[in-house]
Amino acid sequence: MIEVRNLSKYFGEKQVLSNINVTFHKGITNLVIGQSGSGKTVLLKCLVGLLIPEEGQILYEGVDFISLSEKEKREIRKTIGMLFQGSALFDSMTVEENIRFPLDLFTQMTETEKKERVNFCLQRVNLHNVNKLYPAELSGGMQKRVGIARAIALNPLYLFCDEPNSGLDPKTAILIDELIREITEEYGITTIINTHDMNSVMRLGKNIIFLTEGKIAWQGNNQQILDAENEKLKDFVFANTLLQRKP
Amino acid sequence: MYRFIFHVGQYFIFLSRVFVKPERWNIYIRQTIREIDKIGIRSIGIVTLISVFIGAVLTIQAVYNVKTPILPNYIIAFAVRDSLLLEFSSTIIGLILAGKVGSNIASEIGTMRITEQIDALEMMGVNSASFVTLPKIIAAILFNPVLMILSNIVGIIGGWVAGFTTGIIASDEFIYGLQYNFQPYYVTYATIKTLVFAFLITSISSYFGYYAKGGSVEVGNASTQATVYGSVFVLFFNLVLTQLLLV
Repeated sequence: MIEVRNLSKYFGEKQVLSNINVTFHKGITNLVIGQSGSGKTVLLKCLVGLLIPEEGQILYEGVDFISLSEKEKREIRKTIGMLFQGSALFDSMTVEENIRFPLDLFTQMTETEKKERVNFCLQRVNLHNVNKLYPAELSGGMQKRVGIARAIALNPLYLFCDEPNSGLDPKTAILIDELIREITEEYGITTIINTHDMNSVMRLGKNIIFLTEGKIAWQGNNQQILDAENEKLKDFVFANTLLQRKP
Repeated sequence: MYRFIFHVGQYFIFLSRVFVKPERWNIYIRQTIREIDKIGIRSIGIVTLISVFIGAVLTIQAVYNVKTPILPNYIIAFAVRDSLLLEFSSTIIGLILAGKVGSNIASEIGTMRITEQIDALEMMGVNSASFVTLPKIIAAILFNPVLMILSNIVGIIGGWVAGFTTGIIASDEFIYGLQYNFQPYYVTYATIKTLVFAFLITSISSYFGYYAKGGSVEVGNASTQATVYGSVFVLFFNLVLTQLLLV
């Protein structure tokens, strides 16, 4: 479980996150939604320590991540997996080297154990015979799946996904969503997904946080979102023509 | 002027992050071997090509400028050898590598920055500045002296071939001239220059790549800046080192 308390973030004079209070639960997919520029990515980067907020706390199982030393943060980072918007696979490494990178970094596994773990992760995301390929040789959907395989290589307790479906065709997007949901439920991970894809929201949204102008404007689940009274949320949700036709 | 001072300050802060104890030596060693291939071995072709022509042209120019009845012919080979050793094989090759290797490094690291690969490293608790830069600096420092020696050998061969094929200097006179009044210290001088240039080229281009922001245009700008600043500093330190080591 991750708790965020009174979190605020500024870029110079501009406040991009304002007094965020939210709890991300274990074993379910927590979604952060909102328009571009609403602060979703900044929130995610604060949660994983890529940005340091000016105010507030981020508690991983009750431990304040921001106040930890670099060495202590490293221990928590071992338990975090992240899927970046563009996959962020290392271009100069093969698929296998990408997935084993966190294993090389954080574990004392033998070569054989690492190989087995890499193959297991690739099988888990339904990829076969791609070990020796480079990221540039893969399709967008395959790159995302390798990104997920790398993110789960260390059996993370927390999984962060930044726009996992951006740039994917609808069928592959469903595949990625299902994969994230399965992994979350199977391993009891605390998963946080940044998205503005309403299809993902309807498929995965067990705990949805709607951000607008750096503030939480609404919180609920995918059953409640269509009936929500928040005007900005309505504008966001019903911008999708498929949902407009819904009675 | 303000921008220059800002860059100098930021460059030294960057270097202080680069020269720290690596998280895992084996990962860095693997990266360094990879960089020796990319930075060093793949530069053998261009260095050989340019050196052979420089050697040939130097011989022909030396004949044009030096050949008089009062000077022996072997002076031509002597002049070619010392010109190659003192200046061409270190400085000219340094400038060429500032263009080829410098732009390559800046665009590679810049692309890593804009595609979130550097964020991925930071998120895993890796010192990204050190991880992307240190193996390149070590690789260049280890391999550039090899390129310098190769350049000397190939340049001399180019001069020798140009000399006897055009009939301007006999082969035995050329070989005698190569051995005439040889100063071993010149090799030390050329090696010191090569090592300093290797450090400057890799660190400056890594710096510009690492702080690239935006998209492909900015990465292109970073690549250009890396080449320009790399070349300028190679020329400046050529002057400083010549003054310090030869005068």
